[in-house]
Amino acid sequence: GGMAAAVLLLLLLAAAGPGPGRAEAGRERRDALREELLLTPLPTGDVAATFQFRTRWDADLQRGAVSHYRLFPKALGRLVAALGVRELHLALTQGFWRTRYWGQPPLQAPAGAELWVWFQPTVTDVDKAWKELSNILSGIFCASLNFIDSTNTVIPTASFKPLGLANGTDHHLLRYAVLPREVVCTENLTPWKKLLPCGSKAGLAVLLKAERLFHSSYHSQAVHIRPICRDASCLAVSWELRQTLTVVFDFFSSGQGKKDWSLFKMFSRTLTDTCPLASQSKVYVDISPKNKEKELLEVSPPPTSVHEAVVQGDKKTYAVYDLLSPSLFNTSRSLNVQLKWKRPQDSSEMPIPTLHAQRYVGGYGLQTGEICTLIYNTHPYRAFPVILLETVPWYLRLYVHTLTIITKGKENKPSYIHYQPAQDRTRPHLLEMLIQLPANSVTKITIQFERALLKWTEYPPDPNHGFYVGSSVLSALVPSVIAMKDMDVEQSPLFTSLFPSSDGSSYFVRLYTEPLLVNLPTPDFSMPYNVICLTCTVVAVCYGSFYNLLTRTFHVEEPSRGGLAKRLANVIRKLRGVPPL
Amino acid sequence: VCTSRFWFNYRHVANTLSVYRSVKRLGIPDSHIVLMLADDMACNPRNPKPATVFSHKNMELNVYGDDVEVDYRSYEVTVENFLRVLTGRIPPSTPRSKRLLSDDRSNILIYMTGHGGNGFLKFQDSEEITNVELADAFEQMWQKRRYNELLFIIDTCQGASMYERFYSPNIMALASSQVGEDSLSHQPDLGIGVHLMDRYTFYVLEFLEEIHPASQTNMNDLFQVCPKSLCVSTPGHRTDLFQRDPQKVLITDFFGSVRKVEITSETLSLQRDVAGSESKLPEEELATEPLKYAEQLPVAQIIHQKPKQKDWHPPGGFILGLWALIIMVFFKTYGIKHMKHVF
Repeated sequence: GGMAAAVLLLLLLAAAGPGPGRAEAGRERRDALREELLLTPLPTGDVAATFQFRTRWDADLQRGAVSHYRLFPKALGRLVAALGVRELHLALTQGFWRTRYWGQPPLQAPAGAELWVWFQPTVTDVDKAWKELSNILSGIFCASLNFIDSTNTVIPTASFKPLGLANGTDHHLLRYAVLPREVVCTENLTPWKKLLPCGSKAGLAVLLKAERLFHSSYHSQAVHIRPICRDASCLAVSWELRQTLTVVFDFFSSGQGKKDWSLFKMFSRTLTDTCPLASQSKVYVDISPKNKEKELLEVSPPPTSVHEAVVQGDKKTYAVYDLLSPSLFNTSRSLNVQLKWKRPQDSSEMPIPTLHAQRYVGGYGLQTGEICTLIYNTHPYRAFPVILLETVPWYLRLYVHTLTIITKGKENKPSYIHYQPAQDRTRPHLLEMLIQLPANSVTKITIQFERALLKWTEYPPDPNHGFYVGSSVLSALVPSVIAMKDMDVEQSPLFTSLFPSSDGSSYFVRLYTEPLLVNLPTPDFSMPYNVICLTCTVVAVCYGSFYNLLTRTFHVEEPSRGGLAKRLANVIRKLRGVPPL
Repeated sequence: VCTSRFWFNYRHVANTLSVYRSVKRLGIPDSHIVLMLADDMACNPRNPKPATVFSHKNMELNVYGDDVEVDYRSYEVTVENFLRVLTGRIPPSTPRSKRLLSDDRSNILIYMTGHGGNGFLKFQDSEEITNVELADAFEQMWQKRRYNELLFIIDTCQGASMYERFYSPNIMALASSQVGEDSLSHQPDLGIGVHLMDRYTFYVLEFLEEIHPASQTNMNDLFQVCPKSLCVSTPGHRTDLFQRDPQKVLITDFFGSVRKVEITSETLSLQRDVAGSESKLPEEELATEPLKYAEQLPVAQIIHQKPKQKDWHPPGGFILGLWALIIMVFFKTYGIKHMKHVF
């Protein structure tokens, strides 16, 4: 008994022996950075480049005083801890992703600025925290997010479920806002780059130069913060920060009319070294064959490996360049990935995505109008549901009794409708519907509105430009062509693991429609000045002349005969007191 | 501060950005600069070269650069925000980058450009700031000790009228034209299609390009910058409120930030932080059962979501008044003694 106890004690001492260093290594909060670039040639000849930088930190930001930040940026970490944020998604986008021609996007964002946040259940005043959050983010990202207030914030009830770990989804903790008028330029890219651990000095971020990135059809940069499972057993929480940047280079302006692309042609730079803080740094090139033919696309230099995955319900092949493998930079100091087409591609074989949508404003005049949304389901035999979320500003007064949903000529009644009418100057309209889309159909949703006249101080300095209506959001579970297997998040590429997948038979996609530009009846702002000028002129000319005519008296004036002598004489006569000559 | 909107006012944004660039080059960091641009020219759809703003024709110098940080953009540039930044009366939730965090030892440089007239400066084509308001704002700054010395440069038509009314001490002002004169623009670029810079700021920029952080050029040289032969208008300046002699004031007092650096040749050894902070971290509590991700589109749950009952609010205002009126009329016609029938 005593011997066993002594042996146990010795063992314990041995385990604790190496000292505080060993215990620290076990309790250290580890963080890791993975970076990835995905190049996808699009059917129209353009090329899409998606950067993803993922910093994962095995610490619980909500509990415990975390004071030492290494890879995770301190600005965002303090924000999450102080305001009780559970999930944060901020996207700044310029341009529009044309789903019909380019295919399903890996991650789409609406034009302008979009911010949606899930708060922790411990937050008591969600609106106050939301206002503070948007102000702080406007300072960090140099964007006018401080314009987010109750007139453009909505609380969706069915869309925007949390993308991270969640135990209960009370939608009162969710806030969503879109600023469609927001401009995205270098001043938004600069702080975004500063949040990266290596900045823009090493690794994949050296390619991010503003002059090339903004000369594109679509530029979207986003920041996503969410809690994720630390490991497969999912008993502990890690925090993940994903910074994504998607840019689509145009075939005609950047590509100069040729379909061959290379890193140098796109970014005017090549990759020279890796970020020393990154644990993984890879470039993926989509070389999937179309229509089951042999490969059409040739990449050079030869990739380090080829990876096959089922992404968005379809089997895709990727050529992988692992920047951390020593063989890559052996021959030359820089890596310039080139894509060449083996034979000219048939332009008539553009694949149509399963779900795409379109939105436009109908009607004429400045009093009424109609918002029409067309949703296409091109799957030959499967029907699936889609949630449509529309946020319309209060000055376009929607009439819900004119809402019609027509599919294949018949009326389609939604399974769920949530409509919250607007309050003037307080709240926008919110319309959320769950619609079943039959196979191979077009669904047309129309709703009529009336344009309101704003108070003259409420107009922006350029009112004749028009007023924007934010994009509507479509969330759907699209049936996949090939079943997806559950994969380990750490091993699979980053672009496959953004949306948690529940089962392999369908994949989740979130699409945005076009933003709308609507003209409101605008008063003539120069009218007061014109009226004052005209009235004063009329009064001065007409009334003034009349008054003069009536009240002026005329008297005869003696012609004065001059002469110095006469004047002198008059002076003497005045002195004497005698009337003058 | 650039106060003009619309594409044809490209030159005002270029003016502001070139001064911003010079000031950054001479050492002032972004945290000490509040940049207000009333419109976006670089990523404007009419800009043939996106993400660039040029100041010389033939696109020689891109003053927009790669690391610009604009604090007030687009619709945020209003007279109210400008005066709030100057006087410090900003709402509490404003981030630090949008505040002027100056104290009584700070030298402040204010550069404004746009369209102006005799006694006013136009903001975004919809409002104006007058010289009286500006002078009062500076007086508020002086009384709250928000500056040590202030240099005010304005490049608009009739710019000298804006500094006529200043009455606070330690202010030096420069303007691109006198009252009754217009400031003219420098040169158009045929590729971009608009005028790129104003004359006064163009020559000021040329002058500033020769300044480096250690230069000893003083304010008198800045006053000579744009003579009438080059500028067509007569630049003016005002130094009567300034206590020091302009001859002795260095340009870098306002445009640059010179820090004193001591170089030491001895090595310092830093102690390794042993078991200090890490061991104080609280033990992490692991969940008892695995956490899971939420379902993105739980169709069944959504369909059966009960509509939330609206919170009951007591009737207020109009409804109460209407009911009070009805009850009053009722009791007036039928008399108070019928009240017992009600209760």
